[in-house]
Amino acid sequence: MGMEGIGARVARKEDKRFITGKGRYTDDMVVPGMKHAHFIRSPHAHAKIKSIDTSAAEKMPGVIGILNGAQLAEDAIGNIICGWMIHSKDGTPMNMGAWRPLAQDTVRYVGDAVAIVVADSKTQARDAAEAVVVDYETLPVVTSAIEALKDGAPQLHPEAKNNLIFDWEIGDSAATDAAIASAAHVTEMKVINNRLVPNPMEPRAALGVYDEGEDHYTLWTTSQNPHVARLVLSAFYNVAPENKLRVIAPDVGGGFGSKIYIYPEEIVCLWASKRTGVPVKWNSDRTEAFLTDAHGRDHVSTVKMAFDADNRITGFKVDTIANLGAYMSLFSSSVPTYLYATLLSGQYNIPNIHANVRTVYTNTVPVDAYRGAGRPEATYLVERTMETAARELGVSPAELRKTNFVREFPHQTPVIMCYDAGDFEASLNAAMDASDYAGFAARKEEAKSRGKLRGIGMSCYIEACGIAPSAAVGSLGAGVGLWESAEVRVNAVGTVEVLTGSHSHGQGHETTFAQLVADRFGVGIDTVSIVHGDTDKVQMGMGTYGSRSGAVGMSAVVKALDKVEIKAKKLAAHLLEADESDIVIENGELKVAGTDKSVPWFQMALAAYTAHNMPEGMEPGLKEGAFYDPSNFTFPAGCYICEVEVDPETGKTEIIQFVAADDFGKIINPMIVEGQVHGGVAQGIGQALLEGTHYDAETGQLLTASYMDYTMPRADDLPSFQISTTETACPSNPLGIKGCGEAGAIGSPPALINAITDAIGNNDLTMPATPQRVWAALGSAK
Amino acid sequence: MYATNYHRASSVEDAVKLASSNDEAKYLSGGQTLLPTMKQRLAAPSDLVDLRHVSDMKGISVSGGSIRIGAATTHAEVAKSSEIASACPGLAHLAAHIGDPHVRHMGTIGGSIANNDPAADYPAGLVALNATIVTNKRSIGADDFFTGMFDTALEDGELIVAVEIKAPSKSGYAKFPNPASRYAMTGVFVAKHGDGSVRVAVTGAGSDGVFRQADMEQALASDFSAGAIDGVTVDDSELMSDIHASSAYRANLVKVMAKRAVAAAG
Ligand SMILES: Cc1cc2nc3c(=O)[nH]c(=O)nc-3n(C[C@H](O)[C@H](O)[C@H](O)COP(=O)(O)OP(=O)(O)OC[C@H]3O[C@@H](n4cnc5c(N)ncnc54)[C@H](O)[C@@H]3O)c2cc1C
Repeated sequence: MGMEGIGARVARKEDKRFITGKGRYTDDMVVPGMKHAHFIRSPHAHAKIKSIDTSAAEKMPGVIGILNGAQLAEDAIGNIICGWMIHSKDGTPMNMGAWRPLAQDTVRYVGDAVAIVVADSKTQARDAAEAVVVDYETLPVVTSAIEALKDGAPQLHPEAKNNLIFDWEIGDSAATDAAIASAAHVTEMKVINNRLVPNPMEPRAALGVYDEGEDHYTLWTTSQNPHVARLVLSAFYNVAPENKLRVIAPDVGGGFGSKIYIYPEEIVCLWASKRTGVPVKWNSDRTEAFLTDAHGRDHVSTVKMAFDADNRITGFKVDTIANLGAYMSLFSSSVPTYLYATLLSGQYNIPNIHANVRTVYTNTVPVDAYRGAGRPEATYLVERTMETAARELGVSPAELRKTNFVREFPHQTPVIMCYDAGDFEASLNAAMDASDYAGFAARKEEAKSRGKLRGIGMSCYIEACGIAPSAAVGSLGAGVGLWESAEVRVNAVGTVEVLTGSHSHGQGHETTFAQLVADRFGVGIDTVSIVHGDTDKVQMGMGTYGSRSGAVGMSAVVKALDKVEIKAKKLAAHLLEADESDIVIENGELKVAGTDKSVPWFQMALAAYTAHNMPEGMEPGLKEGAFYDPSNFTFPAGCYICEVEVDPETGKTEIIQFVAADDFGKIINPMIVEGQVHGGVAQGIGQALLEGTHYDAETGQLLTASYMDYTMPRADDLPSFQISTTETACPSNPLGIKGCGEAGAIGSPPALINAITDAIGNNDLTMPATPQRVWAALGSAK
Repeated sequence: MYATNYHRASSVEDAVKLASSNDEAKYLSGGQTLLPTMKQRLAAPSDLVDLRHVSDMKGISVSGGSIRIGAATTHAEVAKSSEIASACPGLAHLAAHIGDPHVRHMGTIGGSIANNDPAADYPAGLVALNATIVTNKRSIGADDFFTGMFDTALEDGELIVAVEIKAPSKSGYAKFPNPASRYAMTGVFVAKHGDGSVRVAVTGAGSDGVFRQADMEQALASDFSAGAIDGVTVDDSELMSDIHASSAYRANLVKVMAKRAVAAAG
């Protein structure tokens, strides 16, 4: 691997600028003549807009323009799209209502954008916004998906009767029912997956610049996928054709899914720049982030898991209602369907599975992918059900899992996925050893002597990353392909630039992608630059989400490196008067194997650009591109074990130990992988223990719209994690990578809840397991 | 934030004068409550009168069992004061558990009690300690000072100068923080005074702010031990109920925290 190659624990190149405050984020961008935007938002969860009076505001100091939905319609700016078509089980396409970037006629959630004020300063824009009079006629509100489906509930969109967007199913219903009917034991549960607010450290921002001379637009924005932003801005929102539009996502301070989507504000700032004739910048404040960044999760499910007399699972039936909020966000339809129900087989051999999913409009913030996106919801169902079943069946949770593990690969599940590789028992054993599972009983006794209730819980997760192949997702309704691109440019002095369609917003690509080059050519990572996040620099790419940058983005880099290597060797063979097949690349030199003849890497590169002495027919230069479309999903899997102590007097949970044993396939940089697991587990613990999103059912106001009421995990909420990896290579990509970005958030919530329910002796506990909930569950357990 | 005028007061008289010369003026102490409110445009004082440089309002003095804490003294100063730690350890513990280090180094005792947030910590301490709040006009007993949620006996423009406390023989504070804000979801301060009386004050739980728990005070006066509270039932009808905690859960916390406060008081 070398000091900086694949597998090396290299410190992150990008951290110096981040930790010294030298990162350049969208809000750091300043262009001549730049003005500031403030969005006027609906204070009501559901209302008719009767009129918008801007006359007083327009006369206020510094005001350049105030625009609303009517003007947006004049310019034929399109509706916000959902990019994945789902059909209901009766064959009808999903019932999608219109989402205008600036609401016209009706607002449907608190925070819905109604108008934009552009002024010389932020303060002036805000002052003027206060002088705009919007006359609303309030309408009845519904925030719960279950309530929204009932007859007589407030209706959000005329297209969606009873607020039902689609009623979708997967798997064999009759066979699963039959398995349940003839089972020796059935475990039944009602499981809620709580709604989460993503809270990336950097709030969203946009700077739209229209250049009249060139009739050209530039958008700086907080995006995980600038090319996708450009594509939809061009193809669907009708802002400008792609060749007249540049989208730049500079340093981005975290996304977790919430920055995949192209939101109203980005569209409107870009359009408003042309309408007002000035560059328009907007930066979300934290309250706006709570009110408008796409939320995550929000499922209510009932499950039935059937077992035969040998404790083998014979069937799994799931019914889910998923709250999608007031509008369908970009990938909202795929999250509770193909990213969710296809993982309901977990790590187990389950012959019959059926899931029914209804998605519903409510007067809440739109819901879309959030770290894990569908897979945490699936894992939570499967793993809570397994642990509960073990308790009901009187067998150990590990034994029940071992009885049911998939052990032969490839394994075709009844829900589309074909698992390609894995060793689930290896992860389970590693986690049990690391957690001293065997010694738990003694620790529980000791805790009891201190008046504490100690519990242990596990979670054996599997997830699907990469989100591919393109043809497969296309056949399931995706509006885009899910390949990735790369270009490797070797400069005349031998330094290397890698242009990637992946986008780093915390993942460390500048380091890990450089490690691939170091590994291949024996050059230092400091001589390798990673270029990403700018549609004018980088060829078309699909961006970063779904833990795809390693499995898909790096695979594209590898393909491009292959091509560079071939050409470099050809050229070196020519220079050294040797046979191409005898050339090896080592420590920054191209050598003739078994001889002392060599040419330094930089000299070969220089020769490619001077082109004085090229092999017959070879083009000058050394630059190769590649597109990589994977042949399967990748399947990271692992086992998490959590041990807690509950204070029975207050219901407060303390996490004593958290063990993770993950199989991510090949690892490029163990330190970065550990960081991803730490962050993911912290988010999973946040969901399980702390983060509750509450709406007022009557008014639709978000009650947890600040850190006063929304509990983000803090360092002192978390234990020191014990993490390790086992490795089975992924057979479907050249590096054998599976992906590690989401696993922590996917695998950890059930481990924690299984531990608390073990401690308190009551399986009926809803996330987040706040002290009050645990105390109440203890009371009803007595 | 709306535009505002900033004034730095040099003395108590100067502060009062600066504030009274404008209807919409407000005193600014640590700014930990006032500034966030202004940033959200929920408060719009025309003038801010900064109290942090008034020397009479700063610092801690303890002599012969009398404690005086200037109104502009930060939570961090109270928390790390060795004099407070020995004269009234419960109060040092309380101050050390307000917010986070940033908040403790900016926020002040005067600002906290003038604001009288129903989940703030100091009100429990001052009521249990039977403190006296000294203003530019008068002295007010803690029982009379805290008059309800975000409400105090202060008149318009009246300035808190200091808080005076007679050192108790025992003091202890136990706080169950709100998981999100880390203000008190329930905090109980227990003080045993020189005359043998016991005061138990509860913050974070009452639907009208800080209150005294009379049954516990009685039980502890005859037997100052955590076990003495076992028999007390906490009525939840006057307790707060919100998304974080029901009144029944808070009633439980009042008892559990009271016992822990007694244990801490030793
Ligand atoms: C993140 C965070 C966490 C916090 N956590 C806690 C916590 O756990 N427990 C807790 O108790 N508090 C907590 N607080 C509040 C903190 O303790 C504040 O310091 C306190 O509430 C206000 O004090 P201040 O000095 O900042 O007052 P300011 O914000 O400056 O003023 C508050 C109000 O009091 C008035 N005022 C200030 N001084 C005087 C005076 N001398 N006389 C008359 N009126 C005056 C002001 O005009 C204003 O109306 C927290 C605050 C933050 C931001």
